[in-house]
Amino acid sequence: MTHSSTKRMLVIALMTVTLASLCTHWFNRYYVGVAIDIGINIILAVSLNLINGHTGQFSLGHAGFMAVGGYTTAKFALVMQPILPTWLQPVIFIAGLLLGGLMAAAAGLAVGVPSLRLRGDYLAIVTLGFGEIIRVIFQNTESLGAATGLTGIPAWTNFGWAWGGAAVTVFVVASLVNSTYGRGFIAVHDDEVAAGASGVNPVRYKVTAFVIGSFFAGIAGGLYAHHKSFLSPTGFDFMKSIDIVVMVILGGMGRTAGVIIAAVLVTVLPEFLRGMAEYRMIIYSLLIIGLMIARPQGLFSFGKLGRTKA
Amino acid sequence: MAEFLQQLINGLALGAIYALIALGYTMVYGVLRFINFAHGDVFMLGAFAGYYLAPLVNRCLPAQSYLGGAIVLVLAMLICAVLGMLIEFLAYRPLRNRPKLTVLITAIGVSLFIEYSCQHEAIFGAAPRKFPDLIPTTAWHFWGLVLSSNQVIVLATTLLLLGGLSYIVKRTRIGTAMRAVAFNEQAAALMGVNINSIISFTFALGSALAAAGGILFAMNYASIEPLMGVQTGLKAFIAAVFGGIGNLPGAALGGGILGVIETYAGGIPGLSNYRDGIAFAILILVLLFRPAGLLGKQQTEKV
Repeated sequence: MTHSSTKRMLVIALMTVTLASLCTHWFNRYYVGVAIDIGINIILAVSLNLINGHTGQFSLGHAGFMAVGGYTTAKFALVMQPILPTWLQPVIFIAGLLLGGLMAAAAGLAVGVPSLRLRGDYLAIVTLGFGEIIRVIFQNTESLGAATGLTGIPAWTNFGWAWGGAAVTVFVVASLVNSTYGRGFIAVHDDEVAAGASGVNPVRYKVTAFVIGSFFAGIAGGLYAHHKSFLSPTGFDFMKSIDIVVMVILGGMGRTAGVIIAAVLVTVLPEFLRGMAEYRMIIYSLLIIGLMIARPQGLFSFGKLGRTKA
Repeated sequence: MAEFLQQLINGLALGAIYALIALGYTMVYGVLRFINFAHGDVFMLGAFAGYYLAPLVNRCLPAQSYLGGAIVLVLAMLICAVLGMLIEFLAYRPLRNRPKLTVLITAIGVSLFIEYSCQHEAIFGAAPRKFPDLIPTTAWHFWGLVLSSNQVIVLATTLLLLGGLSYIVKRTRIGTAMRAVAFNEQAAALMGVNINSIISFTFALGSALAAAGGILFAMNYASIEPLMGVQTGLKAFIAAVFGGIGNLPGAALGGGILGVIETYAGGIPGLSNYRDGIAFAILILVLLFRPAGLLGKQQTEKV
């Protein structure tokens, strides 16, 4: 796909989303809520896919970056809203989202730099550790609501923002990976030593992947904060990170389209299983085990490019 | 000074439990090179095995006898050894030659499966339960310190088990085979070592130690619940990495040090809330400055 056609697709996607968001009031609020969840999860899954799929690192702390973005955006809105006039709301919202993204990117840099020295399981554990540390910090910060959480965040996220964000994320990640520069991510994924020998600096690519991935996780966190109007540290625990990892694996690592479908599935499936809540997580865990035994390459990856190396 | 020594005792008792669990992580990592995420849940299952065994044993023996306690401990260790082998056989063996990442994710899946099925009402239920007193408890006071009999039991049992493990690994035939598999799996197979049975045995051994850890933990902290293995398991894993993963004395040392550090940090007023984060901070520092751990050997990657 050439770059101009990707750009055209982004424009079309954004227009569709804008049109669709004008019609959301015709639908049941529950369905719109689930649709917004899907949009946010697409952002999370596609951004984690840049780190775990395309670059072949294994991060288990994506929820931590999401938390950094979410809390930053929410706090910014809560501080700014009473000071500034009402008509500036969209400005506060966008500025808050970007600020959240940047804070998360800074956290991503902090994780990415030590990650240069580690690989595989060790990296997974360190990112898990960072995620937990971030959670413990939020849990103990009084100004951020500590363990009870942050309440009264204005509900500004609508269908258009969530899916617009998703479209931009998909566009940025896809065009990045398909660019000349982005081939380096795939080179690092396929063989770090060989990539280094061919003049691709693995360290730089890994850190770049972490920073960009975390930026979008932060944006997703901000959208999430303004969607739920409530943030609590327990919402960003290890399980949330696992959820995002499952989306990436289910879709097939490094396959953007598959990951998007998987994000939709993982969001919608629990809603269907709501009636049997007590069995939900048991089914979910069996699904992970069965998937790994039967189709480790993901549900939606067929043929070509057998990228199974970890 | 009394405070300092008191915290040291408490820390060592906690560290001993971390050490028992860490050994399981490190042994499995030694032979299979992957993190058995479900190991913390085996620790939980061990505690629950003790919970259900204690009333049964008390039917034949007087309640709170040392012999009864020992029988509960050994039976729970046996049950968990079988469970550990079962987990390996059902979930990990079909993936033996797959990429490590696949196995890691499967292990997370197994861990979630155990946690959530045990939270179901039909199995244990999510509510915390009180662990019965297995043995008579007393406390000794001297020089302003308090030493509870449970702490002594924890330390003594741990040392005993560590000695036993060290004997098995170093002196017996199967232990030699385990070390051979950890050193070079293919060469060991060519020398006639049955890889599958050695891996099963490793899981059995690790799970038995985790079960012992579970019962000792439950004796000291009195309350057990299906998610008790999550945090403790993660910290024990950190202890294993701290000491140098794949290295048995390292795991024991790492567990001890982590327990002590955590207890001291818990005693400092401003830091006590951050207790759970401290272990991870230590982990990150260790991996940054000494990725192979305290006793691990630095390895360079071969192309």
